[in-house]
Amino acid sequence: MAILTDRKSLREYDVIIVGSGAGGGMMGMLLALNGVKVLMIEAGRNYDPQKETPMFNTPDKAPLRGKGTQDRFFGHYDATVGGGWQVPGEPYGDKPGTEEEFWWWRPRMLGGRTNHWGRISLRFGEYDFKPKSRDGLGFDWPISYTDLAPYYDKAELMVGIYGSTEGLENTPDSPPGILQPAPKPRAAELLIKKYSKGLNIPVVPIHRAVLSEPMDGPARAAKLFPNNPSAQRIVGNDMSMRAACFWATTCGRGCSIRANFQSTTVLIPPALQTGNLDIITDAMVREVMMDANGKATGVHYVDKITRTDAIAKARIVILSASTCETARILLNSKSALFPNGLANGSGQVGKNLTDSVGSSMGGHVPELESLPPYNEDGAGGGHVYTPWWNYKTQEKLGFARGYHIEMGGGRYMPGMGSLAILDQKAPGVYGKKLKEEAKRYYGAVVGFAGRGEMIPNENCYCEIDPNRVDQWGIPTLRFHWKWSDHEINQATHMQNTFAEIINSMGGKATPKPGKEALNKPGEIIHEAGTAMMGSDAKSSVVNSFGQTWDVKNLFLMDASILPSNPDKNLTLTVLALAWRSADYLLDEMKQGNI
Amino acid sequence: MHEPQISRRSIFKLVAAASAAGSLLPAGAEPPKPLSKHVNNPFSDPDYNNPTIPWDKPMVASELATLTVLVDLILPADEESPAASAIDLPDFLNEWVGAPYAENREDHDTIRGGVSWINTHAYKLHGREFKDLAEAQQTAILDTICDPAKAAPELAYGARFFQKLRMLTLGGYYSHPATWKALGYVGNVPIAGPYPGVPEEIIKMLGLEGL
Ligand SMILES: Cc1cc2nc3c(=O)[nH]c(=O)nc-3n(C[C@H](O)[C@H](O)[C@H](O)COP(=O)(O)OP(=O)(O)OC[C@H]3O[C@@H](n4cnc5c(N)ncnc54)[C@H](O)[C@@H]3O)c2cc1C
Ligand code: SF4
Repeated sequence: MAILTDRKSLREYDVIIVGSGAGGGMMGMLLALNGVKVLMIEAGRNYDPQKETPMFNTPDKAPLRGKGTQDRFFGHYDATVGGGWQVPGEPYGDKPGTEEEFWWWRPRMLGGRTNHWGRISLRFGEYDFKPKSRDGLGFDWPISYTDLAPYYDKAELMVGIYGSTEGLENTPDSPPGILQPAPKPRAAELLIKKYSKGLNIPVVPIHRAVLSEPMDGPARAAKLFPNNPSAQRIVGNDMSMRAACFWATTCGRGCSIRANFQSTTVLIPPALQTGNLDIITDAMVREVMMDANGKATGVHYVDKITRTDAIAKARIVILSASTCETARILLNSKSALFPNGLANGSGQVGKNLTDSVGSSMGGHVPELESLPPYNEDGAGGGHVYTPWWNYKTQEKLGFARGYHIEMGGGRYMPGMGSLAILDQKAPGVYGKKLKEEAKRYYGAVVGFAGRGEMIPNENCYCEIDPNRVDQWGIPTLRFHWKWSDHEINQATHMQNTFAEIINSMGGKATPKPGKEALNKPGEIIHEAGTAMMGSDAKSSVVNSFGQTWDVKNLFLMDASILPSNPDKNLTLTVLALAWRSADYLLDEMKQGNI
Repeated sequence: MHEPQISRRSIFKLVAAASAAGSLLPAGAEPPKPLSKHVNNPFSDPDYNNPTIPWDKPMVASELATLTVLVDLILPADEESPAASAIDLPDFLNEWVGAPYAENREDHDTIRGGVSWINTHAYKLHGREFKDLAEAQQTAILDTICDPAKAAPELAYGARFFQKLRMLTLGGYYSHPATWKALGYVGNVPIAGPYPGVPEEIIKMLGLEGL
């Protein structure tokens, strides 16, 4: 799909964007639609979701029945190319003295993690922008919900999100005409809702970046680009060509009919149609190049195919290489003017690293045994969730901030582990009786996963490892981590809540203490904060538009700039921030300020 | 409403074809120019549609013959679904025990060692290897090892083997589409229009009205 640029015929560019995921993809599209000449540089290989997505392939066609392995953590068919927790030849490490080992997820493909993400798309609420003012912890944002709300509207209109409006505290509703209807819940989801009601735990439709109906492209594009006829035409046509979800297959494989959001199916195609975007793949950026006056002039990258160094130049550089990689590029861009790394006058680059607090539990539910079969595939992910519901009793809980619960159960496509429950429920059984037991227990389980807010702390950060380079000769990152009691107590609360729900459903669950039940740092793959935005150059790396305080023509556009990491998975916020930054940048360019 | 250029209906057909070979290029987009080498690594960058198994299958014919008998005792044919050997479960087990991952390497020893163990055990009891016994003799042996909680201490190794073999057989068998209808999985087919939700019958059974 991508029009790949021959490296020898690179044009003059206005803007270089490093990375093609959520932040880079959105920026690239908006700038290209506005006539800016953009070069996107991506470390991974070209990836064409319409050709490569194994949507309907069954487990028997894959090695080990498609099961997850060290090499392919989410299974053979998962749309992660060239990486995962490890990228061959690109190591990272732990700083001596760290309490926990950080896990760093990286793909190497056009579109980055947007090809295989969970598509859960929740707006941050008004409290989430001012956490320090509310409880004295962490950092306030230099902007508030109302500043970002119009950009959430735009991002949601562009991407296409299903969900509902519920009027819940700190869980913003979208204005009418933006969300598409949420799909009906499945049996297990309704049963969880039924029993959660008795525990005063709300269960409502989740918001996901999946089209539940076709898009009316021209109408949406007219709202999004009122003064830009060519953008209306290109985006309007392209949106209308996206099909609605057909309620089969899992979204983690990607979506060749373009019903879910991927940078490669939603942002890059219209951007390419403008003729203003060029992309080079297999190009790993080492550092940002600077002139004597402290202005960015371009980037220095390694062409991975020829293993030669190359340079690309532009008036403006935007780093969207993902939270930790953006920090790595800055820290590796050392010069006489910037001895501690680029844009690091505050000393905050690499600091304040957070991930979501994660903990999960599964349980057997007798009522779900032997149900008549019906098609439960649905939207390739959850249809419902529980937003944080304890704002009123927060002070008594022993931790600040909240979590949401993702949940599911029932009869999904069987894989290697789908009948693992028989080891306990039907030991010793074989022969025809075993087939009866399989039918009885298949799908009679529910699962819960908590995703909570971590508060930035000084023990959690990444920095350049002084002793190690990767196979491209680029110094690698090492991580340091220590959970605070807030996260540990929150995970304990998650465990107790999940056990309570499962037990009320007739299952038998035993909660674990938080420390044992906490996922690894990085494992939830919601890293943020390594180049925080703020209101001044002393305490933060960028302003609210992602513009670095120290270098005017250098912008950061991914989750590295988030000052807090609320429980509401961060990608939609990255997309909204990118839109706000693009508007600002276009304006600054027009005025001749940059 | 603006009509999509490809109707939903034809998309369903196209998708099936596209996932096999072709593609659905949006109008106006150019085909990719192959400047980027597809750096194919069968582990981290596999060919999704034509995957290869990048390791050897170590077991030999005699081991597979014993496993054929065993997997069919665990999951035999009936009116609704095939015998485990009919969808080549022994070959799957061979692929499984050859994989380089820690879990598989451990299973390699459990399964191959277990096949040898059960043959020796059969020989001691009846003077023949397991697959050549009468079915009643075979199930008599399985009954002594099938439940690890009840197996005699001197049969503990056999019990551990059978427990592992049973779970791998269940996993391999029910992840094969030939078994899905009988199991009660009816997905992986596109549905036009809104997601239909839970049938009324189940809503009533579970008391989910009005939720
Ligand atoms: C399994 C999974 C599930 C998830 N589920 C959700 C969810 O439900 N909701 C949610 O909000 N978020 C979710 N996320 C997180 C989400 O994917 C990320 O927040 C989002 O993709 C971040 O976008 P990004 O632009 O910062 O980075 P990415 O999407 O990671 O893109 C960065 C790109 O930059 C490239 N790059 C990196 N280094 C260099 C370099 N030196 N030179 C050139 N290019 C480089 C990378 O190859 C990559 O393509 C999930 C992630 C995963 C993996
Ligand atoms: S479930 Fe729907 S959105 Fe997800 S991959 Fe399948 S068709 Fe696409």
